[in-house]
Amino acid sequence: MRSWQVVHRGLALLAVDYGMSLVLLVVAVGFSVATLQEQPADGPEGGRQLARLLARRYPTGGRVVVVARETQADAAFAQALADGLAGSPIEVAAEVRGRPAELRHVLERLSAAPERIDALAVHPAVARWPLLQELPGEFPSLRHVEVLVPRSHVWPSFLKADNLLNIANQIAVIAIMAVGMTMVVIAGGIDLSVGSLMALAAVVATRLIRDLAGAEQAGAWQMAACCVAAMAICGLMGLFSGMITTFAGIPAFIATLAMMLVASGLAYMTAEGESIYELPEVFVWLGRGADLAGIPNAVVLMLLLYAAAQVLMTRTVAGRYIYAVGGNREAARLAGVPVERVTVLVYVACGVLAGLGGVVMASQLKSGAPTYGQMYELYVIAAVVVGGTSLSGGEGQMIGTLLGALLIAVIQNGMNLTGVESYQQKVVLGSVILAAVLIDRWKRRLWQRV
Amino acid sequence: MEPGSRETILEVRGVSKRFPGVQALAEVDLSLAAGEVLALVGENGAGKSTLIKILAGALRPDAGEVRLYGCRSELASPAEARRRGIAVMYQEFSLVPALSVAANIFLGRETSAVGVIAQRGEWRRARELLEQLGAANIDPRTPCRALSTAQQQLVEIAKALATDARLLVMDEPTAALSPAESERLLAIARGLRARGLGILFVSHRLEEVLQVADRVMVLRDGRLVAMRPRGEVDREWLIEAMVGRRLEQEFPRRAVAVGEPRLVVRDLRRGKRVCGVTFSIRRGEVLGLTGLVGAGRSETARLICGADRRDGGTIEVDGRPVELRSPRDGLRAGIALLPEDRKSQGLVLSHSVRHNFSLPNLPRLSRAGWIVRRRERCELEHWLSAAHVRIAAAEQPAGQLSGGNQQKLLLARWLAARCQVLLFDEPTRGVDVAAKFEIYQLINNLAAAGKAVLLISSELPEVMGMCDRILVMQAGRIRGELVAAEATQEQIMRLAVG
Repeated sequence: MRSWQVVHRGLALLAVDYGMSLVLLVVAVGFSVATLQEQPADGPEGGRQLARLLARRYPTGGRVVVVARETQADAAFAQALADGLAGSPIEVAAEVRGRPAELRHVLERLSAAPERIDALAVHPAVARWPLLQELPGEFPSLRHVEVLVPRSHVWPSFLKADNLLNIANQIAVIAIMAVGMTMVVIAGGIDLSVGSLMALAAVVATRLIRDLAGAEQAGAWQMAACCVAAMAICGLMGLFSGMITTFAGIPAFIATLAMMLVASGLAYMTAEGESIYELPEVFVWLGRGADLAGIPNAVVLMLLLYAAAQVLMTRTVAGRYIYAVGGNREAARLAGVPVERVTVLVYVACGVLAGLGGVVMASQLKSGAPTYGQMYELYVIAAVVVGGTSLSGGEGQMIGTLLGALLIAVIQNGMNLTGVESYQQKVVLGSVILAAVLIDRWKRRLWQRV
Repeated sequence: MEPGSRETILEVRGVSKRFPGVQALAEVDLSLAAGEVLALVGENGAGKSTLIKILAGALRPDAGEVRLYGCRSELASPAEARRRGIAVMYQEFSLVPALSVAANIFLGRETSAVGVIAQRGEWRRARELLEQLGAANIDPRTPCRALSTAQQQLVEIAKALATDARLLVMDEPTAALSPAESERLLAIARGLRARGLGILFVSHRLEEVLQVADRVMVLRDGRLVAMRPRGEVDREWLIEAMVGRRLEQEFPRRAVAVGEPRLVVRDLRRGKRVCGVTFSIRRGEVLGLTGLVGAGRSETARLICGADRRDGGTIEVDGRPVELRSPRDGLRAGIALLPEDRKSQGLVLSHSVRHNFSLPNLPRLSRAGWIVRRRERCELEHWLSAAHVRIAAAEQPAGQLSGGNQQKLLLARWLAARCQVLLFDEPTRGVDVAAKFEIYQLINNLAAAGKAVLLISSELPEVMGMCDRILVMQAGRIRGELVAAEATQEQIMRLAVG
């Protein structure tokens, strides 16, 4: 396939959910404007900026004092500054890490010393200390010393790299579960048990690690085996839901509602009503680690799953069968599609992915509790529906679900940033879900008329 | 009956309607008097549905006017049209299956006291209406889903009468009825005409049109090509006017040597619908299976392809017994079914032509579960053109195709599947004349390729024209076998009614 064809197909795929991408874009731009504000350069970027500033200012060399507080961000700032100055003719006379009293102590010592000090390189938060304003009065010998602060810039808080990664991390669990839900809904079903399955997986995985794999001393492979076992149990629950709906003819809504209660109860029983914390430090690798260019591992996993699911749904026989079963069950059956097998398998996949969601969540929080995942089934279904998948089956796109999940996360995040209260957030979120679906419906009707 | 002598109910003048890419109606004129039956015929896509929708208030014309009782009327909505005395019976019933007959008849016009429906009054009036239609055997209290197709049709008519309609539009009213039921419906239509209703009668069955109509209008490509009194038209003329060219003959000739038995069915039974059916079809043979609706024909076909489980009996293909638990097993054994209702059982309407074509063929079009798209495209092109399916694009939803093209698409899919035994259940229902001819040709080609074909049909001329032998079913049993060349309609009907 030629490259322009790839580009063209990519655009076409986006155009399918044109409405949703547009809404997402509008919402993102809106929040960007609303959160536009002065961003102090208080991280490593600030340190690097200050190092460049010093190098320009004192090309032939000088003596500076670095001042920062004792927080982590400040440490990163100081470290970046030190790295930036390494190898330059500028000499760090002293590095102050602490409170104003400590700075005063150091300044007293320096003002008494014979060596000349050229500048104080300070963290943006330090620049606001009263001590620095009163410097010339308090230490006359340091009158000529310049106070250098990294310049702040105006930028939306919403668009800061940290925040965007935060959104992706928040949505990872729901989005992973929504992959399975999209398949179920496209096949004409629904699965209300995913929230409970997720809690069950989190509890089972952590309990297995605690009781069988040696708690804090558990090795990586042992932990992986425990997680896979937890996901397999969720897959079995999905198998059961699928069998009841397919062979006993119970509506999926009822069957999975029952499974939701069963799984939730099992989760409480497994955890004996408590949270499980006895986990090794490395257990958080999946949920909190970021091995690929600073992108969280959970997000990488989510993206890989979406890519795989998109391929499955569009390029394989299994995907075609799933669409056909949801589009017209009887016609699919008469065309030789193994309708029962397909239906059962999508529920199994949905269960396994709900289990994976639970494992990721346990890893993010470094604990397993039966209270996880409450209301998650609704958020997952909302992501699927907002993404343009029809609840009557046979229609929908994986990429739409990803956009839907993103839209929900972006709105929640944006409202947090702009200080909307949580009660109001629910109202807004509900309205947005309705609006998104209405827009989609309207767009479709428009398309059908032409 | 002279149309001019009575009050004119409906006049349509210069009505046009354009959809993107197609002129659905172009300056159509018509008039309809009280007590007149005007038949509207035309191929699928000729503009009949558009005209009906305009009269029903579901579509607004781009140009022209509709006059009712001499005054210009804007039919802005279906409710408006109903108020103005136009009742439309669509091909798909608009009955609510769970509601009673009476509730359906008075749906939206309930007589109530403080919100409580006066049920007894409704039952009484519903019974009166049904009696007028000669359907006193329908209890107004039964839910509609318990009724047969023909009975539901009568309820639809009663519903129209309950609105005091002056003009009744019947869109393919007999499409789903057996010959005897159709006969009764036509009698009812004549009765309504005698009561002074104007009837616009839309049908593909030309015999009916010739029986019931006072005048016939023919639409072709959105234009009115002919409007003549019944006395001046015959079957040949109608077909010519609809198609715009002369069809050599209605059923294409087939010269195929019949070979060894391909499909042998012995003592097939399921419940009360199929009670011990035995027959065989040989290579290159087209076997007709006819009878009244409910005789067990479709049920028999469903057992043979594995769609339903049989209680007993054996099925052999090419001398080998086959065990069928699902249509998937049927396909593996080389048996395919073209189902009775292509919309609900045949196609996934919202999915593309390509997906619909490939569905049963995917195992062949894929390698290790991956669809080989080049092979898929290749086969699609080849078989669509072999089956004369006309589409705008392979990604077009199948639901947008006309009835004939939908049916040919299903045929194309089975042609590609290379099955040995093909079961066609009413393959030409709701299909226009030209597409019918093409379907007949495809059936002949299949026979010529040595397949065994079972043709289920209620249209006797079709069965007699297309088949080598004819089986007649009644009440779940085969009542007789006739050689098609020597059979008469009377013989078949005598067997069918038992």
